Amino acid sequence: MKVNEFELTDDLFEESGKEFEEKKIMNRPSSTFLKDSWIRLRKNKGAFTGLILIVLIMFLAAFGPYMNSHGFDEQDLTRTNLPPKVPVLENLPLLGLSGVDIRGTDQYAAKEVTEYYWFGTDDLGRDLWTRIWQGTRISLYIAFLAATLDLVIGVAYGSISAYYGGRIDNVMQRIIEVLMGIPNLIVVILLILILKPGILSITLAMVITGWVSMARIVRGQVLKLKGQEFVLASRTLGAKDKNLIWGHLIPNSLGPIIITTMFTIPSAIFTEAFLSFIGLGLQPPIASLGMIVNDGFKMLKIYPHMLMFSSVIISLIMISFNLLGDGLRDSFDPKMKK
Amino acid sequence: MERILSVDDLHISFDTYDGEVRAVRGVTFDLYKGETLAIVGESGSGKSVMSKSIMGLIPKPSGRVVKGTIKYQNRDITKISNKELRELRGSEISIIFQDPMTSLNPTMTINNQIMEGILVHQKITKKEAEKKVVSLLELVGITNAADRVKQYPHQFSGGMQQRVVIAMALACNPAILIADEPTTALDVTVQAQVLELLKDIQKKMDTSIIFITHDLGVVANIADRVAVMYAGKVVEIGKTDEVFYNPQHPYTKGLLAAMPDLTIDQEELKTIPGSPPNLLYPPPGDAFSLRNEHALKIDFLHDPPMFKVTETHSAATWLLHEKASKVTKEIEGKQRVKIATSDQIAKKEIGKEKLLEVKELKQHFKGGKNSVIKAVDGVSFDIYEGETFGLVGESGCGKSTTGRTLVRLYDATSGEVYFKGVDIHKKNVLNLNKDIQMIFQDPYSSLNPRWTVADIIAEGMDIHGLYTSKANRMEKVYELLKTVGLAEEHANRYPHEFSGGQRQRIGIARALAVDPKFIIADEPISALDVSIQAQITNLLKKLQKEKNLTYLFIAHDLSMVKYISDRVGVMYQGKLVEVADSDELYDNPLHPYTKSLLSAIPVPDPEVEKKRIRIPKGEWAIESEDCKLREITDGHWVACTEDELDSYRSKSEDTALLV
Repeated sequence: MKVNEFELTDDLFEESGKEFEEKKIMNRPSSTFLKDSWIRLRKNKGAFTGLILIVLIMFLAAFGPYMNSHGFDEQDLTRTNLPPKVPVLENLPLLGLSGVDIRGTDQYAAKEVTEYYWFGTDDLGRDLWTRIWQGTRISLYIAFLAATLDLVIGVAYGSISAYYGGRIDNVMQRIIEVLMGIPNLIVVILLILILKPGILSITLAMVITGWVSMARIVRGQVLKLKGQEFVLASRTLGAKDKNLIWGHLIPNSLGPIIITTMFTIPSAIFTEAFLSFIGLGLQPPIASLGMIVNDGFKMLKIYPHMLMFSSVIISLIMISFNLLGDGLRDSFDPKMKK
Repeated sequence: MERILSVDDLHISFDTYDGEVRAVRGVTFDLYKGETLAIVGESGSGKSVMSKSIMGLIPKPSGRVVKGTIKYQNRDITKISNKELRELRGSEISIIFQDPMTSLNPTMTINNQIMEGILVHQKITKKEAEKKVVSLLELVGITNAADRVKQYPHQFSGGMQQRVVIAMALACNPAILIADEPTTALDVTVQAQVLELLKDIQKKMDTSIIFITHDLGVVANIADRVAVMYAGKVVEIGKTDEVFYNPQHPYTKGLLAAMPDLTIDQEELKTIPGSPPNLLYPPPGDAFSLRNEHALKIDFLHDPPMFKVTETHSAATWLLHEKASKVTKEIEGKQRVKIATSDQIAKKEIGKEKLLEVKELKQHFKGGKNSVIKAVDGVSFDIYEGETFGLVGESGCGKSTTGRTLVRLYDATSGEVYFKGVDIHKKNVLNLNKDIQMIFQDPYSSLNPRWTVADIIAEGMDIHGLYTSKANRMEKVYELLKTVGLAEEHANRYPHEFSGGQRQRIGIARALAVDPKFIIADEPISALDVSIQAQITNLLKKLQKEKNLTYLFIAHDLSMVKYISDRVGVMYQGKLVEVADSDELYDNPLHPYTKSLLSAIPVPDPEVEKKRIRIPKGEWAIESEDCKLREITDGHWVACTEDELDSYRSKSEDTALLV
């Protein structure tokens, strides 16, 4: 900036006499870590879409089965293998929601069915809309279960192992290695030998192995943090182990903990779907997305709608959790981006 | 002199979430052949960014050159292509980074690392290149170079690693060598060696060096010319003597005054209030005006241009404008009055009572199979009530471990520690924690980032239940904030909103919250900028007076230790080698290690630096069984054997006679 000489009047060359004051203007309003992360998350379109999709799917899983009058296990052989038909949308061509199958015959007319089946029916005449949302409930239950196990067992195990260190850490890590060494599938098969196949054995299998990766990540974080000076400072103040773990170590590992949770959820959902698909998971008549896929896959060429809807929903659930997890990682750790 | 590089009106900005950070705001200077230009400034002054831009190394895409040119051999470095830049890097301009550990690739042998650059830039065979590597290593003073080229970086010590980095930078005879804080991560004795090496090489190869540092002592030692940077601008540039003996800009004056002077006793260090401005919102006018107690009105309005003092010396301050001559005199007068009134030293009262007695303290750690690391190996000293005991030594000498053992962060392997006559290993830990507190080194990692300042400060009170109600708790927090010079409204903020100096104040408030008698300050100022160091040191002194505290002050910066301590202990390899009153130790060091350590501290005075003779580390019988602390004169203890004792005694008498 060039200044003209004539602007420099004599009185400008006097002492201002201003005293130094510690800057009062802190430019931004005080904000917490979580608030900052939320702002960054909202800016991330992918993650926000994922979040909205998850909310939508949860809503449908909760209320979808009550939206029509069909039960999930109501069989009726007079209305088998109906393609999807939705009111209003049936009038739009090319959407494939008009009750006409791929050979061009209107199955609803042929089978004299007057009701609408929004996602069609399966080979036993059960309403797919109800069954798919019923299955989504199972998937979300698994998601919830995986998250809880991660948060409860994984975090506790990992932080205790790292915090106490030494022999305790050594023994706890060997246990984890043994658990990691046994393939998940074998654990499930062994459990099925004792229990019946079903939600209980899947749940137990996950309780046994599902939290291992979380425990390792938390252990790494705590190991890194426990040598930091704020932890030492707290120890010199006389803080107890409980205060240190809950007050200092876990809150500062929160970012990785949330991110790991968000990434275990889709893989847990997929595991359940996969187990049901190969027949080791839930048993009929209970609906699960994996089973519906399995049923639909047998008749893929004739009745593609059965496979289509269920697999689209599984994909949507997994993609949206992944997107959200990805966005959360960026928002909790802004340094990772760019 | 031949001009080799000229930077003209350089502006560099970074785009961040919060907006544009203007890291460099119009820097102009020339570099001549064969000279050393030192660039000094606090962290965030833009000195590193500016020097990296000379290599075309600004992190992209967030950083960009907004305008300005960097001319080297008629080419503008800001505009040339990546290919041309690559040709320039290493062969014409090379850089030495701060930390030698991270600037060497741990999986490559030294030979391959140095050869990499040579093979890219020079058309010679591998055999010839290998020969060149060996001669380079010899040049930088590595013995047995022919054998050591096959080794990996971890097989070298820190100082040796930095020599390798320098050899790498010199591989293609660059015209310009940029040294970005090359000695900050090194111990003083190693630093002195590296500085000598750089000077030596410059003589031999006629390289121009841009030396970036925040240490004015180092500048006085090595530089021909100095540029002082503040808030992205060069505020003063000139020959080293001119800048040190005739500083013009108030910031330069402040920086020089903030360094403790080893030769005289000062009651209080001069400080520059506040901290450097946030370059997200650069202030109008002279960026330093906010912290300048004698700022002119015009400083707040207009940006001062560069005024010439002499042909080689210029400064950007309105004080040099012809219309300001009157006010300049006024300000000088006021400062003189201040110095005259403030220089009376009140003798500190030190109690006769021993607050802490350490006897033969040993702290050994298991290091892998069967090996034992003797971090602290038989240390004994006493600390009297109300005094400050300084503990100095190079990194790894066990001074921090000693401090941590005293607060029982570690349980001592053997030895006894008495606090007010009670063995701390038998005392209830909770009570001990109320009496002995600690201030930590790194203000960035010593505060929990998820807690508010109020919670951080009150943590100790929470643990010990030192308040009656919530309101009482907040009251105490406010009081502590005021004691350390912060405001009440800071209580609900999070640590990341504060600058380094402010965070250190919070750390001090946390230690004070439990009303301790004894505070262990573990390098409390070494991570801070020069102007902030003086603030914290003054604060610690003030608190000592007000609350009758006793300090154990651990540091590697000997000039600060001398300033703050009443007595000083020098540690070497887990043992105390010399203990004496701080003045006595500095005037009359007896142990060869202390002598070499003292001779290596750079002093911010070019004349002294020119005359400096560095004393190499002498030999002494540290391994001997008989070697222990013996009193030479009253209160002056040196580790020695029976045989050495007499020679020390006679030496000490000699110097006493001379004085």
